[in-house]
Parts: sequence; C-alpha cells; structure tokens
Amino acid sequence: MNHWIIAPVVLPALLAPIIAFVMRHDITLQRAASLAGAVMLTAIAAGLFMLSADGSVHVYRLGSWPAPFGIVLVLDRLSALLILLTSVLGLIVLMHSAASGWDTRGRHFHALMQFQLMGICGAFLTGDAFNLFVLFEILLIASYGLAIHSGGKARLKSGLQYVIMNLAGSSLFLIALGTLYATTGTLNIADLSVKVREIPVEEAALVRVAAMLLMIVFAVKAAMFPVQFWLPGTYANAPAPVAALFAIMTKVGAYAILRMHTVVFGPDADAIGSLSQDWLMPAALITVAIGGLGVLGSRRLMPLIAFAVLGSTGTLMLAVSAFTPYAATAALYYLLHSTMATAALFLVADLLLARRESGDLLRAAPATVQNGFLAALFFAAAIGIAGMPPLSGFLGKLLVLDAVRVADYTWLIWAVVLVGSLLTIVGFARAGSLLFWKSTSAAFAGPEPAPEEERPPANTIGPMLAAPSVLALASLAALTIFAGPVSRHMEATAEQLFDPSAYVTAVLADQEGTKDPSSKSHGDEEAAAKGYDESGAEAGTPSEEGH
Amino acid sequence: MELVVATTIGGLTAAGVYLLLRLRAFPVILGLTLLTYAVNVFLFATGRLAVGVPPVLDDAATAYSDPLPQALVLTAIVISFGMTAVLVLIALGSALESGDDRVDVTEDANGEGDA
Repeated sequence: MNHWIIAPVVLPALLAPIIAFVMRHDITLQRAASLAGAVMLTAIAAGLFMLSADGSVHVYRLGSWPAPFGIVLVLDRLSALLILLTSVLGLIVLMHSAASGWDTRGRHFHALMQFQLMGICGAFLTGDAFNLFVLFEILLIASYGLAIHSGGKARLKSGLQYVIMNLAGSSLFLIALGTLYATTGTLNIADLSVKVREIPVEEAALVRVAAMLLMIVFAVKAAMFPVQFWLPGTYANAPAPVAALFAIMTKVGAYAILRMHTVVFGPDADAIGSLSQDWLMPAALITVAIGGLGVLGSRRLMPLIAFAVLGSTGTLMLAVSAFTPYAATAALYYLLHSTMATAALFLVADLLLARRESGDLLRAAPATVQNGFLAALFFAAAIGIAGMPPLSGFLGKLLVLDAVRVADYTWLIWAVVLVGSLLTIVGFARAGSLLFWKSTSAAFAGPEPAPEEERPPANTIGPMLAAPSVLALASLAALTIFAGPVSRHMEATAEQLFDPSAYVTAVLADQEGTKDPSSKSHGDEEAAAKGYDESGAEAGTPSEEGH
Repeated sequence: MELVVATTIGGLTAAGVYLLLRLRAFPVILGLTLLTYAVNVFLFATGRLAVGVPPVLDDAATAYSDPLPQALVLTAIVISFGMTAVLVLIALGSALESGDDRVDVTEDANGEGDA
C-alpha cells in the first residue's frame, strides 16, 4: 500500500488545526504555513499524477480492512488529475489572498482554506459512497465559513441561502444513500458497481430512484437547472479569491456524476439504461441558456461573472451527459479550462474592483490606475470564459460540440451552446467597454482633476499581486499550446473511467495485506468501534429477518 | 410496525419540506431539523426493521439486526447537529446585520438592482 495516496487528505487536515490554534495571532506565520502546505500539496499531487499516469489503479485501504467492509481511497487517472488541478488552484488562490490582504479581513481564513482543500481532495479520492457524503460535508462546512468571510449584510444573506440549500441537499444525499444501501446492501463504489449490474430490470425501481436522487444531489453541487439558484448570489457576494476557489466546487458535483453514473449507474447496467442521460442533457441545456441570459441581464460585474460560470457549468455537464468516452474526454478538457478561466476572471475582477470607486456596478467611472494592464487581463480572462480563440475555451467548446453530435437533436444543442456563447461574448464586451473605455473618457471629461496622485502607492498592482491572475491565464495558454498531449491524457482517463473492470478488480479482488475477517478473534468491540467510523462493520449485507 | 415507521417518516418529511419553504429563517431551521429527523429514521430503517435482536456478535443470539445503518445514523446525527449549529449562527449573524430574518434576497442585496 502506498501511503502517499492519503497524503492530500492528511496534510491539510493536520495543517488546518495548527494554523487555527497555534498561529492564530500571527498572519505572516499563517500565510507562510498555508502557502508551504499548498506547495507541498501540489508536489504530492504531481507525484500521484505521475504514479497514476500509466493507467494503474492504486487502492489505499484504511486500517487494512478488506474492501467492501473497510473504507478505501482509490487513485486512478481521473482522481489524480483533479487533485492536481485542486492543488494548483489552491496555490494560486492562496497567493492572491495573501497579496491582496483578503485573509486579514476576517479570522481563520487560512485554516478554513486548508479544510476546504482537504474536503475537495478527499471527495476526489474516496471509493466509498458514504465517505463521499462525509467529505462533501467537510468541504461544505469550510465553504460556509469562506463564503461569509469578512461579513457584511449581502454576504451573510446569500451565505444563509447557500447553507440552507446545501443542508437540504445533504438530507437528500442521505436518503439516496439509504435507498441505495437498502437495495444493494453495500456502499463501496466498486461493490455497488457489481451489485447494481446484477439487479434485473423488473426489480430496478428502487435503484433507479436512488440513482436519480443522487443525481439531484450532485446537480445541487454542480449548480444545474433546476437547482442552480444558489450559485449567482453566493459567487457574486463571496470574497473574490473564495469565489475563485469555488470554481472547483461545481466541478466536484460534475466529478461525482461522472464517477457514480458511469462506474455504478452506467448506461451498461440494465437496471439504469439511458435514465441518467435522458434527464441530465435537457437540464444542462437549460443551464447553458440561463447562464447566457444572466450574463446579458447583469448590471454588476460579480453576478455577470457568476452567470458566466453557470453557463460554463452547463456546457461541461452537457458533455458529461452524453456518457460516451469521447464526450468524457471533451468534458475533462473543458473542466480544466473552465476551472482556470473562472478563477482567472474572479481574481482579475478583484484587482479591478479594489481600484474602482463605484464598486462592481457596471457604469462609467474615473479610470483606475494601470487601466490598460487591467483591461488586458480582463480581456484575456473574458476570452477564456466565453470560449473564443486563441485560448483553450475555444478548443474545449469545439470538442464538446463535436462530442454531442451523436445525440438525436444535435441541432438544438449546437444552437443553444452557440447562442449562449454569443450572449456571453456580448455581455462581456459590454461590461469591458463600460469598465475600461468609457471610464477613460469620463476621467478626461470630469470636472475634477483625476485623483491619481492622491491615491496611495499601495494601490498600484505590483508583481506579487498580478502574479496569481497572470499564472491562471498562463495555464489557459499552456492548455492551448499543449492541447495535443493534454487531450491524449484526457482520452486515456476517459477510457479508464468507462471500463470500470480495472477499478472493481483493484478494489475487490487484489486484497493482499488486508486483515482476514474470518480469522479475527477480537471481534465485537473493535467491529462496533470501527462501525462508528462508517462502513467498517462486519455485516455488510442487510439481514433479512425484518421482512 | 412498518406502517408506523413509514407514516412517521412521511409526516416528518412533509412537515420539514413545508417549513423549509417559509420565508423566515427560524421556521426554515426547524424544517431542516425535522427533515434531518426523518432522514435519520429512514436510514435506520434501511437495515430492515428488527425488534429485540443484537447488532453485534453474541453466542446466544439466533438473529442479528444490521449494525451498519446504525453506524451511519450516528455519523449523520453528528454531522447534522453540527451543521444546524452553524446554520443557527449564520442566521443569527444575518438577522443582526440586516435587521430582519428573511431568507429571501431582495434585488438590492443580490447585487442585481440599481444602487
């Protein structure tokens, strides 16, 4: 067993309490520890990425318990890729928060950030459905704290909505897991994959209910129609670096659908059939439309970006909903792009809004310092999110459009995605010209002299402050330049995802080094104590006496 | 017994959803709590209903109840308890900050309206 597999969960989990308790009075120490932790996490994630690149599936059995009973963490190409993405994004966001001073506007920013990274990495790694629920709760509770970081009326109101929405989602998650357990008698994802395929079509009603309930839960996280309402308010009111980190949060939902609805409820399972696709595709289309219209209708910059995120989530889910290896390749490429583009846009918006007197309202105002530089950054990020050439969004959208061509109503999908992109472009063009072009002329025409010299020198953007946004934009450029190798790796990842036999074999069959449950003499208390920790209990199947 | 448990879960869920759709924070929190109760009873029942049988190994026992849902319920209770506490505090903060405990966001607060 390779113990590095659990490191992305353990490292932030250890670091966060140390930051919260030992370093709470010293922001410099907190920053150093948090950034060092993020660098180490990135290094570990890169190592795990190399480890999984050959297509092998690595299983980490917690406490060496055999598979359907103990919790497993599974490292395959998909989870390694997403952990690497999370850690790089985390590093960029932390650099920005430290440079812009966002982390000093409230308490425990860095500790919450580490808990957030822990939850996200754990959710990508876990091979157990109930453990997925627990890690979802960890990342959510950290995100509640981050979403209302530094307080304020609007932020608390939208934070409250966000919490209520997700708590209702968590209840639904538990109902779905209960239904799944009652039907199959297991919660291990690999074991579920086997059990669901054994269910005959006539008895599939309950497992279909569980599959749909889980899809609704993940749709809440991914912000898809009809449960997308929380996203614009939350993202628009959250602190900008936090909103940038939240770029990966919608992807956790997308990942969960991609994992559960291919490995467990795949189209090849008789009990499920094309159920997932039939519901996911229309919902994704409507999400794209809402995103486009929202961008056009927004009067402020932050909601405008939030609606653009909604549109890109819809495009991503559209690719996921085709449930073919090629579409998954497109989805993964677009996922990388969308995460980095969203983060870049929020970070640039933060740089800009911190220097504008009129806040994020889209109207003419005196020019900001370094207007040209900010305009260039904003232009690049807007090109990224709208999916225009030359950045990777264009390639991503092209792949997605090509991948959904197999569906019957291709023309409708193409029309919605293309019109949605056009609306996004128009919205951003309007916002950009209001923010940058009109502002310059207003400063010229204004009766008062431009207050350039009154501004403190700290207001100019130094290299430390610009670096995170530029890094995020550079990653988009790199995605474009290395599109060939990247998409080949995505192809291999998608193939591995759609052939769950290796996953199932790695988790259930190759169990050397685990404790043999039959030869265990010190049974009862330990089994009960382990059971508290979730599915470690001896009895893996529901007893039939109660019928 | 099945009927009693099923009715209880249904009643709790219905009441929870009704309260969840109210406009004020306090009923919404109560609704979420009721929903959590319903979920816990439901999770408990997924291991099949069995009366008077032990969940752990016992030489004298002839039948067992499923211990796993009981462990799941324990985890779910702990998590939902903590989440409710967080929710109460955020709702309190929001009510103190804005002067009312409405959970719907007005045009202004959402950042959509004109300033």
